[in-house]
Amino acid sequence: MTTTIRLQEEDFDAGVETAKLTEGRTDIGAVVTFSGICRDHEGGRGVNAMTLEHYPGMAEDEIARHVAEAQSRWPLMGVTIIHRYGRMVPGDNIVLVATASAHRQAAFEAASFLMDYLKTRAPFWKLEERPDGQDWVAAKETDDTAAARWEKDKQS
Amino acid sequence: MSVKLRYFAWVRERVGKAEEDVTPPADVSTVADLMTWLAGRDEGYAHAFENRKVIRAAIDRQHVPPATAIAGAREIAFFPPMTGG
Repeated sequence: MTTTIRLQEEDFDAGVETAKLTEGRTDIGAVVTFSGICRDHEGGRGVNAMTLEHYPGMAEDEIARHVAEAQSRWPLMGVTIIHRYGRMVPGDNIVLVATASAHRQAAFEAASFLMDYLKTRAPFWKLEERPDGQDWVAAKETDDTAAARWEKDKQS
Repeated sequence: MSVKLRYFAWVRERVGKAEEDVTPPADVSTVADLMTWLAGRDEGYAHAFENRKVIRAAIDRQHVPPATAIAGAREIAFFPPMTGG
């Protein structure tokens, strides 16, 4: 399996990264990509920019642990995760998760699993800049619920 | 025992620093004890650790629950619930 995990300040090209996953291979039948993009609104209010803080070292380790878990749960042939940090404005890429497998179900499920865990377990924090000031984004209960469903699946 | 503490996001802002080395007293044995001890240091720490239930912790870059013993830890981090992705 090809694994790429990168934390970086600079932008990435989702198309280029996805193409790398399948380059020179004919056994991959499915690639699922998720791109997280900075948006200009949240809860009915405008957002001017977002600054992503992270815990260097732990963020890489935590993502690698979840990639290893995804690998043990689905027959994956490749995973690419790129997470940016620093300041981003609406329209900018924040995160890319790409999964490759022989069949679509594994690729879809693994991408969803990895995103749910990135949201709740990877040490990143968003500071939102609005026209009237700035605030740390509060964690959403819906994100915890989304991550918890994979725990239930594991037990059953 | 000296240990390196690291703070992130609003915990960092309230404490007023990103990291420091501390030597907690011997009766501080768990992550929860450490938060209580830190909260008593000054107003900034008290504000950072006023709602200890929401603060997450990591020892040597792995998530840990508050009841975890800190003996042998090299680096302990405190931060709010994560909002990446």
